[in-house]
Amino acid sequence: MNWLYHLGRYYILIRRTFKKPEKGHVFWQQLVREMDSLGIGSLGIVSIISIFMGAVICIQSAFGFESPWIPLYAVGLSTRDIIILEFSPTVVCLILAGKVGSNIAGEIGTMRVTEQIDALEIMGINSSCYLILPKITAAVILFPFLIVISMFLGLLGGYVVGVAAKAVTSYEYIYGITWDFRPFNVFYAIFKTYIFAFIITSVSAYHGYFTQGGALEVGRSSTKAVVYSSILILLFNVIITQILLS
Amino acid sequence: MIEVKNLSKTFGNNPVIKNISHTFEQGKVNLIIGQSGSGKTVLSKLMVGLIKPDAGEVFFDGREFIGLHFDARKEIRQQIGMLFQGAALFDSLTVEENIMFPLEMFTHMSKSEKLDRVNFCLNRVNLQRANHLYPSELSGGMKKRVGIARAISMNPKYLFCDEPNSGLDPLTSILIDRLIKEITEEFNTTTIAITHDMNSVIEIGDNILFIYKGEKWWTGNKSEILKTSNQELNDFVYASKFMKKVRAAL
Repeated sequence: MNWLYHLGRYYILIRRTFKKPEKGHVFWQQLVREMDSLGIGSLGIVSIISIFMGAVICIQSAFGFESPWIPLYAVGLSTRDIIILEFSPTVVCLILAGKVGSNIAGEIGTMRVTEQIDALEIMGINSSCYLILPKITAAVILFPFLIVISMFLGLLGGYVVGVAAKAVTSYEYIYGITWDFRPFNVFYAIFKTYIFAFIITSVSAYHGYFTQGGALEVGRSSTKAVVYSSILILLFNVIITQILLS
Repeated sequence: MIEVKNLSKTFGNNPVIKNISHTFEQGKVNLIIGQSGSGKTVLSKLMVGLIKPDAGEVFFDGREFIGLHFDARKEIRQQIGMLFQGAALFDSLTVEENIMFPLEMFTHMSKSEKLDRVNFCLNRVNLQRANHLYPSELSGGMKKRVGIARAISMNPKYLFCDEPNSGLDPLTSILIDRLIKEITEEFNTTTIAITHDMNSVIEIGDNILFIYKGEKWWTGNKSEILKTSNQELNDFVYASKFMKKVRAAL
């Protein structure tokens, strides 16, 4: 029944988090700071991973499709679908769970063990709203942009390396990524990203917020934040895919 | 004035606070003393609502606090200043921003008025020219002084200090103690300080509450504490060789 306890406590925390901020302009300042930290700060790692993964997906597709019965534009087609449907929304969000999730849990956990959260509460400030709401809002706003950038860079990486390695021609790759393109797939990917952004930030904040002890426990909270966020991302990936694509 | 009535708290099977009733007077430094693990910090956290008691009531100038909803508590909480054991300054903010924080959240002061208030508070704790330093750049004593400056920035009616001189050298400890005493008299606050430092007891203990194993064991003032016949309190007060010499001299 331990999970039920955590679910209840998580629900209470989230309910307290989604309250009207004390001061609007303070919330906006926090939001901009979090957008810079969680969103813009993740652009580098997302870009690098997307370019290289796009390249590898393209080469592997070309390797797998070495058959006279399969047209070469299928390399572009499969690279596109893998990147849009799964790599950018799910794998990139798993990576963000590692980077952003541990950051959030570590930051809030440290504030908890050094009594900074108690200080906020004593002042009469809703600490969960002040600390967590800007993080969730920033992630939900910016992660979809990151994912769209990841899609673009993944496809670009596949194009550059696929053509350079002569795995596919420029014409066939572009023909492949435009053939039978379904905009719904992009909607599906962005919808997933909204859910994953909420999971990453709220679950990580939950683990940080209820940290007890010292530096060791802050480290444990960060690890738990990444593990549980990743598991929930995978679980919701199945559920959303079943609902939207079946 | 803060009044606690029949306050109790148990963690698991371990009763930490046992039916404590006490009145903390306004304009005086009220000390809560006791051994480590006796329940001092828990008592103070129960009083400010950071921990929910199993039973009992807390009255801030006659206003019951424990049963109030978060939003209703806010009004009383804005009249509370608290100095934490580790100062609990916000790492990402400068000294100036730390002290300005409650003003930013709860007042409609202009930028210059807030800055004036910050400088007044910093002057009050004898910490000029530290406005733009971050907490990581401060010494232990400076952090405590910034903590006090932040605590008094909203003109609190109630000041809580959790082990204000832990980790400080004797000279800085006395400076912090005197500062707390001066601020209490100047702002007429109800000050509650938790300590197990006997220098503080002798220096600023207007009213003293001794807690032993979670129970209210003894109350008195700094002159009475040195002459008490209470065995447990004597064991606590005269634990060090220095204090034994003081006792012999008395």
